[in-house]
Amino acid sequence: MTVTAAGALPATPYDVAVVGAGVVGCAIARELARHPRLRIALIEAQDDVGQGTSKANTAILHTGFDATPGTLEARLVHEGHTLLGAYAARTGIPVERTGALLVAWDAEQLAALPRLAEKAARNGCHDTGLLGPEELYAREPHLGPGALGALHVPGESVVCPWTTTLAYATQAVRAGADLHLNTAVREAGWDGGHRLTTSRGTLYARHLVNAAGLHADTLDRALGHDDFTVTPRRGQLLVYDKFARSLVRHILLPVPTALGKGVLVAPTVYGNVLLGPTAEDLDDKHATGSTADGLAALREKGRRVLPALVEEEVTAVYAGLRAATGHEDYRITAHPGQAYVTVGGIRSTGLTASMAIAAHVTGLLAGTGLDLGPVREPEPVTVPNLGEAFPRPYQRADLIAADPEYGTLVCHCERVSRGEIRDALASTIPPRGLEGLRRRTRARAGRCQGFYCGAAVRELFERGTGS
Amino acid sequence: MTAARHVDVLVVGAGPAGLAAAARLAAAGAGRVEVLERETAPGGVPRHCAHGGFGTWTRPLTGPRYARLLTEAAERAGATLRTGVTALDWASGHAVLGTVGPGGPETVAARAVVLATGARERPRAARLVPGTRPAGVYTTGELQQAVHLYGQHIGTRAVVAGAEDVSYAAAGTLRAAGAEVVALVTEDPRARTGRARAQAARLYRGIPLLTSATITELLGRGRLSGVRVRHRDGRTTVLPCDTVVFTGDFVPDHELARRGGLVLDPGTRGPATDGAWHTSRPGVFAAGSLLHAVEPARTAALEGARAARAVLDHLAGAPWPGPGVPVLVSAPLRRITPNRVTPGTPPEHHLLRTGAPLSRPVLYVRQDGRLLHRARLGPGAAVPHRALTLTARWHDRVDPGGGPVRVSTG
Ligand SMILES: Cc1cc2nc3c(=O)[nH]c(=O)nc-3n(C[C@H](O)[C@H](O)[C@H](O)COP(=O)(O)OP(=O)(O)OC[C@H]3O[C@@H](n4cnc5c(N)ncnc54)[C@H](O)[C@@H]3O)c2cc1C
Repeated sequence: MTVTAAGALPATPYDVAVVGAGVVGCAIARELARHPRLRIALIEAQDDVGQGTSKANTAILHTGFDATPGTLEARLVHEGHTLLGAYAARTGIPVERTGALLVAWDAEQLAALPRLAEKAARNGCHDTGLLGPEELYAREPHLGPGALGALHVPGESVVCPWTTTLAYATQAVRAGADLHLNTAVREAGWDGGHRLTTSRGTLYARHLVNAAGLHADTLDRALGHDDFTVTPRRGQLLVYDKFARSLVRHILLPVPTALGKGVLVAPTVYGNVLLGPTAEDLDDKHATGSTADGLAALREKGRRVLPALVEEEVTAVYAGLRAATGHEDYRITAHPGQAYVTVGGIRSTGLTASMAIAAHVTGLLAGTGLDLGPVREPEPVTVPNLGEAFPRPYQRADLIAADPEYGTLVCHCERVSRGEIRDALASTIPPRGLEGLRRRTRARAGRCQGFYCGAAVRELFERGTGS
Repeated sequence: MTAARHVDVLVVGAGPAGLAAAARLAAAGAGRVEVLERETAPGGVPRHCAHGGFGTWTRPLTGPRYARLLTEAAERAGATLRTGVTALDWASGHAVLGTVGPGGPETVAARAVVLATGARERPRAARLVPGTRPAGVYTTGELQQAVHLYGQHIGTRAVVAGAEDVSYAAAGTLRAAGAEVVALVTEDPRARTGRARAQAARLYRGIPLLTSATITELLGRGRLSGVRVRHRDGRTTVLPCDTVVFTGDFVPDHELARRGGLVLDPGTRGPATDGAWHTSRPGVFAAGSLLHAVEPARTAALEGARAARAVLDHLAGAPWPGPGVPVLVSAPLRRITPNRVTPGTPPEHHLLRTGAPLSRPVLYVRQDGRLLHRARLGPGAAVPHRALTLTARWHDRVDPGGGPVRVSTG
């Protein structure tokens, strides 16, 4: 088990280097780690896995019902939905099968619903159904007035993006992959093998996977390809207090327009309600700030869909950047001559598709001459349950009886125990900051945002890491 | 679920309100009085307010000293304090709570429950302050605990959002932690604190006060690098800083109250209560900052003690009052407590807060257009940072079958 965050990188070449430890890169590393003969490096510029788009999205396990039929994305989202759904059940990643409702607010949108149902069927999603206003309001009693009907997509679900990424990375590392954090790739060179110049020295690899998310185009160009340009498309989101959770039962989607999927209202597995995202094309790949205009626009939309929502307190505000490329599909390309696979343009469906992308990319790598060798299923992992629909440690008398630390609550709003914080600090991929600890435990993520627990959590973190 | 353990009175929250109630109840022979506190030590918010300003005029105390005195009084009277125990939710029955602590989950049934769960400051997100999400963003509560309970490093240059008493306390804590206070920033035209306090900060400590100014954006990656401020004339400036503290703007910690389906008051967002601190749920009382975030600790303690009297009556078999008549306020008044009138339970007085300073205020109390009471307050009495008191002498004029009572300034 090797996770490094400082110091020199190993000098011996790896069989495969995966650049980018987002949900896609981690899934690829995990898939490759099923082949015990391979030496794998997972390289990440930031100090934790899942710090890019993977941590700040809408956390939906998509069916792919609205994908463009026939695209690679449509296929991988459809497969990924099944794969991740099953993996989550084995691993303890919380998934709530809420279903989605595409709500029509005018006659034109209502008229579009049957066509969307047909499209869904072409994407392998055969269980959708049209609802009239009466049934819609029976299912969603707090919906704002004026809705005319909806398309019900039962398979759409909500999932925890943080523990998904963490589970993949943990399993990869435990199966022998090396995770190198704080390792930004500055230059890439190919002369029969890959030579990556990084912020921590040079790393050699026979095969390379570019899963660098927003920066995949830059790395691709460094290797001589000019196939696509990533435009960061910012999505701002509001997370409402847990008291809002009872207001909504399904993922509430607008009927898609030419401008994109639009603003949704969705439950989160943590028991909150999400409102967002905005869609703003920017040119700064670091522009993850929220804006007054963005938040005002969201509240305006939210008020229409779920009027009672905006009366509740906001628990968090965040913004994520999706990797738009101007193409209506993923940009996954094998370059056999270079023993290189580009995994670019994984837009807003990468979380769902991650496992299917990993399987696809592994196949492409084999096509670039990688001898995968035998398969050995990695040891199963269990991630901490952050979901409210499943028993959390503080609710488990058996756990607390065996270890009272699970009954000692530190973060009151989110009911995080000292035992969970201790476990996170001792885990295979420990957090390197309070934000990382939050994504593993939810400590400091609640309505008080640290008023009560912030100092105590920081104390435990600093004591536990000696920082 | 485990079989319920029975106590006579269960108090949730060992802050000034809960401790004062428990002390009074235990001393009066209410039987087994138990206080649950989720923190590791009793005392509530004063525990980490290392500054003075607690106690009485004749006996000024620091927060921790005040917390200790209240704790000792409750223990001496015979109340049981259980720290590290969180009341999670209601179990079936009028006054049955599910709890968890290091000993595991438990169900506790009581003949009466007193909710004294306090209040918290709205954090940056709840105030919808846009920008990046850097480290170095605090509320006063977190700041005070970090500095006074854990001795943590804060930062070097800090901006304080707000200019009320608690904001000045935050500025003091920042200075104690070795940080320079760059400015206090408030949207109001003047500080919401006593003139002496505002002047001391400005003149003797050199802390600028920016009035009619709004923090519109947080800047910085990883660590805060500054806050953007918009002035009333539309000009914006950036104040470079590595720390910002969002102060004041308190909300009641009403999770248990809401989970229990208690009727809340629209002005306070805490449970609505009558003059004897009965909530809408039989057997459940409420006191302290939970009712009105935030008044001085002494007010919370007095309410706790008064609630104890009503709890004793309840234990002796007094019937639970009906919902009664709500008491509402009109702007610029913001809230009033108690905010229900039920027969036979007049409070000693009502407390009100105004949102804007009023020069020669007259308070009118009306029901269905009928004037019940009129009170002229002294000049300069009505400022947003201090509670106004209103007599309850008009209670016997309220028609129990009538509409809501409304308190206004015109
Ligand atoms: C920064 C700051 C400065 C202040 N300065 C002054 C001052 O100088 N002078 C002054 O008079 N007042 C001051 N105050 C106000 C004073 O602290 C409050 O009036 C007082 O603390 C209110 O008492 P309380 O008992 O209602 O609430 P709290 O003191 O907030 O106590 C509530 C307690 O309930 C516990 N609790 C909540 N939910 C649960 C649960 N589910 N299970 C178990 N326990 C629970 C909490 O942990 C907490 O300990 C200040 C407040 C702040 C925040």
